[in-house]
Amino acid sequence: MKSTENKIIHPLENAGVPEDQRHLYCDASPRPYPALNKYVERFLNWARANSLWILGYGTGCGAIELRPLLTSRFDISQYGMNPRPTPRQSSVFIIGGYLSVKTLKRVIRSYEQMQNPKFVVGLGSCTVNGGMYWDSYNTVNRLDYYLPVDVYVAGCMPRPEAIIAGFEKLKSTIMAGQAEGANEYAERFDWYKSNQKKIIKDWDMPDYNW
Amino acid sequence: MDRSKFPEIVDGKSQYDLDSGRFVKIWNGPQHPGVTGNMALEVVISGDEVVDLKTHVGYLHRGFEKLMEQRLYIQNFPLVCRICVPEPDTNEYLYAAAVEELSGLEVPERAQWLRTLTLEMSRLASFIMWLGGQAGSFGMGTVGQWAVAVRDYVLDLFEAITGGRIYHMYITPGGVRDILPEGFDADLEDVLKKVEKFMHDAEIVLFHNAVFKKRTKGLGIITPDMIDPYGILGPNARAAGSTRDVRKDSPYAVYDKLEFNVIVGSDSDAYDRARCRFQEMQQSIELIRQIMEIMPRKGSFYNRPPNVLHWQIPPGETYVKAESTRGEYGYYVVSDGSNKPRRVYVKGPSYTHAVALFEQMAVGTNYADLPGLMVSLHTYPPEIER
Amino acid sequence: MNSLIKRLKMQFDVEEQTQRSNLSFINATALQLPALLTHLRDYEKYTQLIFLTAVDRIEDNQFQLTYMLADESSQNNIGVRVRIDRENAVMTSIAHLWHHARTYQQELREMFGIDFPGSPGVNDNFILEGWEEIPPMRRDFDTREYSEKTYFPRPGRSTTHPRTAMKAVDPDYPELPLMKGRVK
Repeated sequence: MKSTENKIIHPLENAGVPEDQRHLYCDASPRPYPALNKYVERFLNWARANSLWILGYGTGCGAIELRPLLTSRFDISQYGMNPRPTPRQSSVFIIGGYLSVKTLKRVIRSYEQMQNPKFVVGLGSCTVNGGMYWDSYNTVNRLDYYLPVDVYVAGCMPRPEAIIAGFEKLKSTIMAGQAEGANEYAERFDWYKSNQKKIIKDWDMPDYNW
Repeated sequence: MDRSKFPEIVDGKSQYDLDSGRFVKIWNGPQHPGVTGNMALEVVISGDEVVDLKTHVGYLHRGFEKLMEQRLYIQNFPLVCRICVPEPDTNEYLYAAAVEELSGLEVPERAQWLRTLTLEMSRLASFIMWLGGQAGSFGMGTVGQWAVAVRDYVLDLFEAITGGRIYHMYITPGGVRDILPEGFDADLEDVLKKVEKFMHDAEIVLFHNAVFKKRTKGLGIITPDMIDPYGILGPNARAAGSTRDVRKDSPYAVYDKLEFNVIVGSDSDAYDRARCRFQEMQQSIELIRQIMEIMPRKGSFYNRPPNVLHWQIPPGETYVKAESTRGEYGYYVVSDGSNKPRRVYVKGPSYTHAVALFEQMAVGTNYADLPGLMVSLHTYPPEIER
Repeated sequence: MNSLIKRLKMQFDVEEQTQRSNLSFINATALQLPALLTHLRDYEKYTQLIFLTAVDRIEDNQFQLTYMLADESSQNNIGVRVRIDRENAVMTSIAHLWHHARTYQQELREMFGIDFPGSPGVNDNFILEGWEEIPPMRRDFDTREYSEKTYFPRPGRSTTHPRTAMKAVDPDYPELPLMKGRVK
């Protein structure tokens, strides 16, 4: 995947527009945050990995397995995870399966509102390659073309144990300092935006909703 | 109360002017914990009171009906259960029944009993999930925690029969995939006892709770003359005095051999709907026990259709229906004689409840009661957009 | 059910086809449809509209609309079938008969491109958002081609003909001539 593969449609909504015609929203694109001192970063990663807060947005049928996961049977709180109602407070975005174009638009908005560092878990086969809905006209096939994905959990649908295993994998990735999704999103912002704009035909929101 | 400050309501629609500054428009969802499933509500409020509401659906549209036209009849069998996540068996049954009717495939007696068993079990699981949601939407998270845990025991039973927790892919055209595993009866009885204990607790904690009573009594009243013009089905209609139940009216599978009464309410508010559903849960448990008692334990459970890869179904069209937890579920299948269906239309009961009815009912309710009202209609978005 | 069909035939120009003892289909013309539905609703006690949907009969260049009604006791169903022209598809709205018919008509407008003038909010988006192609449920819309063109398919998906796959595991698998409407 190189950023030169796809033609960039246009960078930011406000770019090149005279001062008086600009939209009222901020048009700064995201910027990557370089790693700090090695030891500080290691400590921060340890802290991040042990308090993952999940955004409570059930985007697909995978959300039904999140309920047993969050409640007493599988009890995800024992791993330091917790559902949060708003993107501003959360660090993990679980894409619960297939994404229709209409949902993808909301997902992008929610994802961009989350604060760095943020992680995306793709749940179910349909986030990997479209799964059952690979030839559907309304669901995306590859999630990683629109958002940077850290961990995929395959299956239709994945059992709660599989999701826990996925989170364990995510934790070890964060500990190792390799879960750099937010920075990747900032670095390849134009590529992600051009992919997103290719399928979201009525783009009526700011390019970057932080 | 002085109603002069609220807008006039004409034909169920409020006449308001957003520019006057007295009304606030709020987008509620799709990323919102108070909305069931992935749908959005566009609410206009004045103070605490909902003045206007518009439902936005389509976030879960996967184009099932188009996909089914692209696939062979047997390839659609694992696809249909994904339309309704909490209660997939109804979809599997209906698709199988429609294909069997069009192709003239007979189903063995034992398979019909096994089908009825899984249908009732999935009804029970879906009702338990609803009970947790209804309590949670009024701030009683404890019942929600219990409910999800208890539902998991039912899912374990499904796993024992079918191998899948959520999607079972069990009821296939021609019969069912497998018979019950050994020792299943004892496990089932064990789980039913747990569910009964949970229901006993929930009855005390929820239905005798003053807060729950106060907030649900008089909330979202469906009058009997609204039932037909709004297409209200299932427990929502039965709580308003209707006696329609597909299981009784046009019995499918083996429901004509089981003894049960249609549960009818009278008050038709959210509390009464909850009561009706609660009684239907008890009825489901009873039915499962009846089935286990008189179910034949011997005989074939699957009639093999002709080579499914080349299976062509004679031209024709049919409509089959079954009672899900939310009301009448229907499949309309059109065949043109080829090996792929010409058209499959899935009629989910939430279609009418969540859009036309909810938009009308929400006007005048308290904003804080909106999630509770929504859960009390037991809507489920993927049925609407499919 | 039979007596109902007889009574209907006296008043309307309809053909009927019985599928089961409690399900019949009747073919009507688009012009007499509102009168027929009103008659069924008000005099024959078919008070419930279960659904309204369309079937694309592309070979006849027509759309078939199916209005499924159920009687008061919910025991009998009757499906009213109407054929309309595929080009410039327009149909009379029945939103005044049932409130929820509006949603069905909105969906048909979006998924099939059938217009229902006068139905409230019929031109609003219902399911899709920013759709620019032909309505997706039409038979001539190829969902697979659209998906491959738009959604970056992940390489590696392969399709094997069922017979080849069966041959691999079972050398005695018969060389059946493929029937009409073959598996691609």
